[in-house]
Amino acid sequence: MDESNINYVSEDQGAGLFRVNRRAFTDPECLENERRRIFEKCWIYVGHESEVPHAGDYRSRSVAGRPMVLVRGDDGVIRVLLNTCTHRGTMICRQKAGNAKTFQCPYHAWTFNSRGQLVGVPGEESYSDAFSREERALASPAQVDNYRGFIFACFDPAAQSLYDYLAGAREYLDLVADQSELGMKVVAGQQSYSARANWKLLVENSYDGYHGMPTHQRYFSFLSDIGVDMKGRDVAKPSHQMAVDLGNGHAVLEYESAWGRPIAHWVPSFGEHRKPHFEELRRKFENRFGKERAWRICETSRNLGVFPNLVINDIMAITIRTFYPVSPDYMEVNAWALAPAEESAEDSAMRLDNFLTFLGPGGFATPDDVEMLESCQRGFANHEVGWSDISRGMKREQPSITDESQMRAFWRRWNQLMTEPTVRRARRAA
Amino acid sequence: MSSSDLPTRAEVEDLLYKEAALLDEWHLEEWLDLLTDDAVYEVPPTDVPEGDSRNTLFIVADDIVRIRSRVKQLLGKSAWAENPHSRTRRLITNVRVLGGDGDDFLASANFAVYRMRYESVDTYIGHYEYRLARDHGQLKIRARRVILDIEALRPHGKISFIL
Repeated sequence: MDESNINYVSEDQGAGLFRVNRRAFTDPECLENERRRIFEKCWIYVGHESEVPHAGDYRSRSVAGRPMVLVRGDDGVIRVLLNTCTHRGTMICRQKAGNAKTFQCPYHAWTFNSRGQLVGVPGEESYSDAFSREERALASPAQVDNYRGFIFACFDPAAQSLYDYLAGAREYLDLVADQSELGMKVVAGQQSYSARANWKLLVENSYDGYHGMPTHQRYFSFLSDIGVDMKGRDVAKPSHQMAVDLGNGHAVLEYESAWGRPIAHWVPSFGEHRKPHFEELRRKFENRFGKERAWRICETSRNLGVFPNLVINDIMAITIRTFYPVSPDYMEVNAWALAPAEESAEDSAMRLDNFLTFLGPGGFATPDDVEMLESCQRGFANHEVGWSDISRGMKREQPSITDESQMRAFWRRWNQLMTEPTVRRARRAA
Repeated sequence: MSSSDLPTRAEVEDLLYKEAALLDEWHLEEWLDLLTDDAVYEVPPTDVPEGDSRNTLFIVADDIVRIRSRVKQLLGKSAWAENPHSRTRRLITNVRVLGGDGDDFLASANFAVYRMRYESVDTYIGHYEYRLARDHGQLKIRARRVILDIEALRPHGKISFIL
């Protein structure tokens, strides 16, 4: 079926109605188009520079469904190499992480250095003069760039720069990166999980303020049980809150939250003895950034969605979360914790403890989110109910975090990329 | 401690089988009675199985307060990931008493835990590392560390019950 005949997003500004065709969550054709039109056109998160701190450090991982290697070369430059031997295809890096001077293909022993250059071919004299080591270097995505430690790759050589692509999301990555003077670092341990649901359901869920109380009631009961004061910081009615369309499909929620934040909102469950340390941290931020920005960094939580599949939630801890569809109804999810490099062992332990109360596949919240997404996906089998409603707060001038304007920002961009004529088509039409 | 203080394998097996039965039957309050007042329950991440929860991002790292809260949540109505409850079936094998450590005893066991829910069957495979203690003569669990052999929670998605 020609995708151009399918209307995935229906928006009526006048009436204040916004709906998404549920076939966007179920059609294999839709996923094929997403692979070409979104995942091969947009900047996709690969990893964080702190994961490869030294020359030769590497991490091999699946990014947007492809095996890749994030590696710091012997020249100190971080590269993203496509994990396939240029000879016959074998994955040249078969360990998850490590340090290497070279990657030797186990199949025929072609050897590549940490910059991806081909430096060894057994029996090279058997090749003709046309054979070139340069041309057989490991391949890389068309563009790779780093914004404040976050490394992205893009397969479209004509795509705008990462800086421009990130648009308004830069300010929110800055609010995370500014939490350290030495640089943020990814903590050891990757949460590798999944959901039997379409990947876009997790986009919506990751910055959905409306679902907080009904879905996560048990988390808020837990907070209450351990002595967190919920008054005035009820997540459904926070005193300070906003939802912002950041451009290019990125969006964020920012709000004062009830839970404690390792940077640097103290709550009783952190212990009386930590209070002075938190006050000192706060003063440090005020000295560096002034009172207002310090307040924002310390007291407000932020759920940031970077189009298409990166979530950075700076909430009761900071999580980097990325996910990719394997099929329309199944996604793989990877999540990490991000922390200031200078944080003491004791503070870091507290941060991780705080992380696990809510986040991750064994936390007191994420499993219920996964449950809701899987439940939606099963519900979609009732194809008579063809559309999901994402209209909440559409007529409001200042979108609330319990509205759905952030999701509409995602969907508008998604729909634009999915429906705009591709270059080839435009030529054919001409 | 003399070697005669060590629990026998049969004694450890009895404890672990009882635990497995209580968890499979969702008798979680009774399961809490098998734990010491300072018990911990940990599931390390699949890529750092030997990690320390103080400097590594775990999947679960509960102290006794969190374990009790987890049980309360799971027996309540709003732990949606387990409402309705999953069916689980635990096969516990290769039980070994590894020796003493201070006043505690170390033991390990292999497991295959099946979780049945919405007509899917997910299998969690790995081994347990237990720290056991005698409390008024009764053998209790001071620490249970669940080390997964599966490389990712895929397609399991979550550990929403007590593994």
